[in-house]
Amino acid sequence: MIYAILRRFGQMLFVMFGISVIVFLIFFATPGADPAARIAGRNATPEVLDAVRHNFGFDRPLYVQYVKMMEKIFVTGDLTSFVNRGWKVVPAVMDSIPVTLSLVFGAAILWVVVSIIIGIVAAATRDSWLDKLLMALGLLGISMPVYWLGEVMNLITQSRYHDSWAFSWVPPLGYKNFSDDPKGWFLTLIIPWITLAILYIGIYGRVLRAAIIESLQEDFIRTARAKGLSETRILLRHALRTSLIAFVTLFGLDFGALVGGSALLTEVVFGLHGIGKLTYDALQNLDLPMIMATVMYASMFVVIANAVVDFVYILLDPRLRTS
Amino acid sequence: MSNQAVAMPRKTRGPWAVAFAKLARDRAAMASLTVFLLIVLACLSAPLYAKWAGVDPFASTLDAVIQIDGADVPVMEQSTEGLGLGYTPLGPTWRLGNYFLGADSQGRDVMARMLYGGLSSLLISGAATIFTLIIGTAAGLIAGYFGGITDTVLSRLLDVLWAFPIYLLAISLSIVTIAQGIRIGPIDIESGSLWLPVIIIGIVYVPYVARPIRGQVLSLRHSEFVLAAINLGVPGWRILWRDILPNITTTLIVFVPLMMALNMLTESALSFLSIGVQPPAASWGTIIQDGQALLYTRPLVALVPGLAIAVSVMALNVFGDGLRDALDPRSKVRLGRD
Amino acid sequence: MILSVRDLKVSFRTNDGLVRAIDGVSFDLDESEILGVVGESGSGKTVSLLAVMGLITDPNASIEGSIRYKGRELVGLPARELRRLRGNEIAMIFQDPMTALTPVYTIGWQIAEQIRAHQNISKAKAIVRVEELLAEVNFPNPHEAMSRYPHQLSGGMRQRAVIAMALSCNPALLVADEPTTALDVTVQAGILDLVRKLRATHKSAVVFITHDMGVVSELADRVMVMYAGRVVERGSRTDLFSDPRHPYTRALLGSIPPLTGEKPRRLPAIPGSPPSLLRLPQGCAFGPRCPVHYEHCVTDKPELGIGTHAAACFRVARA
Repeated sequence: MIYAILRRFGQMLFVMFGISVIVFLIFFATPGADPAARIAGRNATPEVLDAVRHNFGFDRPLYVQYVKMMEKIFVTGDLTSFVNRGWKVVPAVMDSIPVTLSLVFGAAILWVVVSIIIGIVAAATRDSWLDKLLMALGLLGISMPVYWLGEVMNLITQSRYHDSWAFSWVPPLGYKNFSDDPKGWFLTLIIPWITLAILYIGIYGRVLRAAIIESLQEDFIRTARAKGLSETRILLRHALRTSLIAFVTLFGLDFGALVGGSALLTEVVFGLHGIGKLTYDALQNLDLPMIMATVMYASMFVVIANAVVDFVYILLDPRLRTS
Repeated sequence: MSNQAVAMPRKTRGPWAVAFAKLARDRAAMASLTVFLLIVLACLSAPLYAKWAGVDPFASTLDAVIQIDGADVPVMEQSTEGLGLGYTPLGPTWRLGNYFLGADSQGRDVMARMLYGGLSSLLISGAATIFTLIIGTAAGLIAGYFGGITDTVLSRLLDVLWAFPIYLLAISLSIVTIAQGIRIGPIDIESGSLWLPVIIIGIVYVPYVARPIRGQVLSLRHSEFVLAAINLGVPGWRILWRDILPNITTTLIVFVPLMMALNMLTESALSFLSIGVQPPAASWGTIIQDGQALLYTRPLVALVPGLAIAVSVMALNVFGDGLRDALDPRSKVRLGRD
Repeated sequence: MILSVRDLKVSFRTNDGLVRAIDGVSFDLDESEILGVVGESGSGKTVSLLAVMGLITDPNASIEGSIRYKGRELVGLPARELRRLRGNEIAMIFQDPMTALTPVYTIGWQIAEQIRAHQNISKAKAIVRVEELLAEVNFPNPHEAMSRYPHQLSGGMRQRAVIAMALSCNPALLVADEPTTALDVTVQAGILDLVRKLRATHKSAVVFITHDMGVVSELADRVMVMYAGRVVERGSRTDLFSDPRHPYTRALLGSIPPLTGEKPRRLPAIPGSPPSLLRLPQGCAFGPRCPVHYEHCVTDKPELGIGTHAAACFRVARA
């Protein structure tokens, strides 16, 4: 087991290194234009360009450039934006992390709970109209662009029906710090949580239903019946429990990906200034240093999240513990 | 018994015919395919529609005036609220050929833009699917068949790409190519070209195809018939082409609609983030972005393209599910996700 | 009499028509008796015992006839009542111990789960009982074995765990579905010893399904031979082995290699294959493969006679 963990840790470091190299190559070595011009942004003066060239070591070999970039992002943290002159990029990223985490954690709780319920109900009533309805709704959730769903939500709760009793509690778009205003924090996030969760409820509900139905065919379910257990217990303690392994794997990948950028669209639509919104604003200004930093930090987070999930996975599936 | 001796001609159907018959019986899949084909047909008729309606979906027409029931109606109505500055675009007229869905903030006919936008969305997601399948299959075949150091290098690269969040990778690739395009040797892609999103989306999903294909090839590589061919001295490329590729065709076919659904969502998201299709060209994603500013006054501008995406993606997913059940019921190819 | 099955019929509706898996099976079982049920795959031996357990959950299945356990009718009994018997008074051991246990729980947990499903005792007491049971089925280190997951045990050990589980509530009736088939020959002998010993200590009646005549000859008090969903011969072990009456029984006995004397070059095989349960012949189902074959074997179905040793064959009736 120790060996498995060390191995996974080594793998994690390798992937982190790989991603940093890819990011570096994309930003600094894509043929087509002068990287200094990209970083300095539009309308940069020749002096600024020279400064950038020197600062990032563009007159030196590639590996020196790589080291310099890593140093700026992770060690000294003194990468600055050229669009918003002198704005330190790394602290801005750090400030936005709690926003993204608030959004993703809340949505994750919602989608895990709801999709487990849907998966169980659909599997227990399989091939009934209820099962078909739930699965069709799930498919609809998967098929809608999340940012569009967010706009529809805004249209309903901020404009068209905002004055009705149902949505008058919805605060204006934006984020409130949990420490300043816990109630406001909660209220502003409810609609974004639901929006983000709908897509994943669709995916997870369908996946879990399929996994439960598959494990209900297993021999050990027949053993459980022969033991005289109730159908509910068989469904929850045996079929569901063994299906959760697939569920957790998926969760790890998606949770990481969300924190690392997939929540971006939701943040943009709801005006939540998380990492995604930061990236989006930088995109609108072609602010490369900012994008480099958000991409780098977010991907590192994804890799760490995936590794954490693998450990949870080992805990869930005893078969992996000994091998 | 003499009549038992009469040979009964037995119809033996090949696996393709069986799968096709199964698919044809799947009503949900066939209905979805019909819906999707109708959407494709409608989008293909975009130039016809624009010509017939006499509108230019790419030029802003702020001072255009149209006739409704004999009365002149300006497309961009002067706003009366607040300071009286700005304009409110025309709402839907529900008359085909005459601002059916109203105008956008540039006074352009939204219906015409919807059709043209759908055309680019479909073209981009279709072309990106082909791109991903070609590159992904090639990578999977090479890694799985030749093994050794080639496999190690390719697999590690795929692992890294796999762990890289899709949107971050797409954003990174877009941001460096968006202003100047790509120039590698003979390849020269302009910055506004539709090929840029095709290539970016194509690259991003390569591991999704390459990893399962590699696994399949790896197990085929050690199957009896391939080992026999190797021992007979059949050259490697010939084994790949004649023995291995036909065995992964079903997987590849199953990938097509599901990848396409995924690509449509990705394309629209990138366009919404203004790093996909560049103005004045349209795609469903860019129309949603245009409509964002008009959300509370003219919500249809943003709602209709989103609905079009949802319907197309859902049709592709249902059809893809049916196709998988018919062709390769045990496969683990999963529905699209973010 | 602990179990009395009368004219049991189980059929499944399929796209290709009605599959008659069991077509009129009757048998009785006395306390602490071992009944061996023999037949090829598809002869209906497993289905008939799943029916006894109430484990046929397929919505396309229909079950007719009567299954009486200690005088109580099981066919049509509400699921709740049936569940109270299952695992408690009637327990089952399955064929493949590799897949019969839930992979994510320790075997101690899984045995305790069954005990606590039927008996109102504390967790601590259940655990003590589990340890006793594991010792009883000859686990070398029962305490340690409790915290093992199924994948950490060998096939034979897993089957012992499954048996311990089946015995956990002192069942009056134990149904064993080919419990040795998936195991190595050396392990098989140990499991058979165990079943014999447990019959002695627990006084359980055992229905032992197998396709191996050798196993039957070692273990069973009485034997029932099944073919294509019907019982073709039944009798005591000695009767059946010394005087097999049905041609199918004879053919089965011919396919055991003799323990002594010269080994035949090839074991005789029964020519042909079992009939499709979708299209059973009008007459004797074994007819097409039968070496002795009368005319009315094609038109009429031979009935299993009464008496302790009986065979469903016209040849026997004539003799």
